[in-house]
Amino acid sequence: MNSIAMKPAAKSAPIAAPFHLAGDGGVHRPVAPGHIVLRPERDALAAVAAPDRSFTGRARRWLKLNAHTIRAMLLGALAIGLFILAWHVVTVNRMTFYVRFLNVPSPEQVLESARTAFSTGAFLNHIYISCRRIFIGFALAAVVAVPLGLLMGRFQLLKEFVFPVSEVLRPIPAIAWVPMSIMLWPTNEESIVFITFLGSFFPILLNTLHGMANVDEVLVRAARCLGATERATFREVYFPAVLPQVFTGLTVGMGVAWVSLIAAEMISGQFGIGYFTWEAYSLVQYPDIALGMITIGVLGLASSFLIRIAGRAVTPWSRAK
Amino acid sequence: MAIPATAPARTGLIEVSDFNLAYDTLDGAVIAVSDADLVVNPGEFVSIIGPSGCGKSTLLNAVAGFLKPTSGIVTVDKEPVKGPSADRGMVFQQYSLFPWKTVRENVEFGLKMRGMGKSERAVAARTLLGLAGLSAFEDHYPDRLSGGMKQRVGIVRALATGPKVLLLDEPFGALDAQTRVIMQQILTNLWQRLGISVLFVTHDIDEAIFLSDRIYVMTARPGTIKAEVTVPLPRPRDAALQLSPEFVQLRADLGALIREESLKAMGGELNEDALKGLAVNLNGANLAEVV
Ligand SMILES: Nc1ncnc2c1ncn2[C@@H]1O[C@H](COP(=O)(O)OP(=O)(O)OP(=O)(O)O)[C@@H](O)[C@H]1O
Ligand SMILES: [Mg+2]
Repeated sequence: MNSIAMKPAAKSAPIAAPFHLAGDGGVHRPVAPGHIVLRPERDALAAVAAPDRSFTGRARRWLKLNAHTIRAMLLGALAIGLFILAWHVVTVNRMTFYVRFLNVPSPEQVLESARTAFSTGAFLNHIYISCRRIFIGFALAAVVAVPLGLLMGRFQLLKEFVFPVSEVLRPIPAIAWVPMSIMLWPTNEESIVFITFLGSFFPILLNTLHGMANVDEVLVRAARCLGATERATFREVYFPAVLPQVFTGLTVGMGVAWVSLIAAEMISGQFGIGYFTWEAYSLVQYPDIALGMITIGVLGLASSFLIRIAGRAVTPWSRAK
Repeated sequence: MAIPATAPARTGLIEVSDFNLAYDTLDGAVIAVSDADLVVNPGEFVSIIGPSGCGKSTLLNAVAGFLKPTSGIVTVDKEPVKGPSADRGMVFQQYSLFPWKTVRENVEFGLKMRGMGKSERAVAARTLLGLAGLSAFEDHYPDRLSGGMKQRVGIVRALATGPKVLLLDEPFGALDAQTRVIMQQILTNLWQRLGISVLFVTHDIDEAIFLSDRIYVMTARPGTIKAEVTVPLPRPRDAALQLSPEFVQLRADLGALIREESLKAMGGELNEDALKGLAVNLNGANLAEVV
């Protein structure tokens, strides 16, 4: 790409050795010690082939650049296909090893029950209610945990005060909070939202704190000697510096929020996708169990995906190559 | 515009006197710098050289306002330094650009802190980036830049607010030799154009001679000023100057001073075997006795 020939300007360099221009190449002749042999100058531009701007050229380059992603997607689709096939085989043949697939619904049955479920408003309502609980609980957790983490990271005293409480409460799984939560809150709805809140709160707080601990001190110094006040340093340095880590916390928190929500709904709900799944078991509607599970999986996946998109949008500097 | 005119600098007088700084550690106080005195006159380019760990960064950080001297005073234009301020621009050895800001936003940072309007500071930043040959990269994020470019942006960013003095702590330490030489030239150009005082820390003797009006040599820890040299070379300087007899002589003299201190600094760890082939003959004597 670049011309490797030395510029004639090299002659002015304080080197006593004479210069030669290399012959037309071919056989390599050894260069006498102390002599600098210049290669003939090349047209630098000629080496760079004009890019093919046609549609096919672009398409080819796109394929080349995204080959990895495409392969990953194909492999993923293949794996899911195989999984469904295996599921089909073991359920249709009602296989039993040690594990019993006698009553497990087949993919076809689940598809059928999905068709009926989506044709009535009840199922969509369960989904809507679960999503609403997740949204409120998770949003509250983010709104409290992120600023708290930022402040704790900045003010040691606050951290020393709050951290022990958080460490004691953190290992208690959200599901263990169910009875207490029902006692605490006047309505069932509030207690379920509270459990969702608790589930996502700690991952978000801890990740934010961790991010704060890893803020590069030299950046803080650089900001200070460019005239940044305490507040400006917070806004311009600490906050953007922890953002990627905050989003890691949000992603983890969202996962835990779903775990907590489903547990709470199964125990104490009257609506929601967790309630739907548990009730299907009580009512011996086995295909609905699988339908509920798959719906939970898809919703969980979709919500993490949304967070990842949001994270990428607000941290354009750390976009993957 | 943020860029001061080329008028001769009458501000930017750095005075450090009776400077002592000790770090508190479990093993007691570590005296990093003891009884150091130095002056940087307005518009002057002054370097500090010395062996590793002698307290160069400590001294510079105290001038920047990040560290308080245990005793002694640091003043800039007769005003005692109380903390970091935009009056004293600083360039760090580590790359310190804000990764979440583009090159231009980095350069604008100080102006933004000062409350300058968006369009106004964009103009100022573009002018400075132009001076440093970085116009084509103004919308890049720092992780797309080479090391030399990052440090150039760092220098431009520190200069954007029009500080009275510029402090640099081994800014080119991580760069390769060729890039370093170009960076020195760029720094010299910027300094001459802006007419501000520069206090430059390095352990590279050639770099110190090439850049400076005066050089302070520090002793091994606890660091103090061991020598002061006025560089006798005319400006503008170019690479060929490094072959001039004055340059060669000065380099040899400074080299001898530093080597002496470096040996002292490493005294405990070195023995005759380690120094074999370095033309340092201890003649069986203990190193500590020799130096
Ligand atoms: N926070 C600290 N606590 C204790 N000792 C320290 C601390 N910072 C620096 N020191 C010690 O103070 C001395 C001076 O450090 P300083 O960083 O100023 O040296 P330096 O001349 O900049 O070295 P280098 O050339 O390696 O950058 C060193 O011996 C170092 O070990
Ligand atoms: Mg240092």
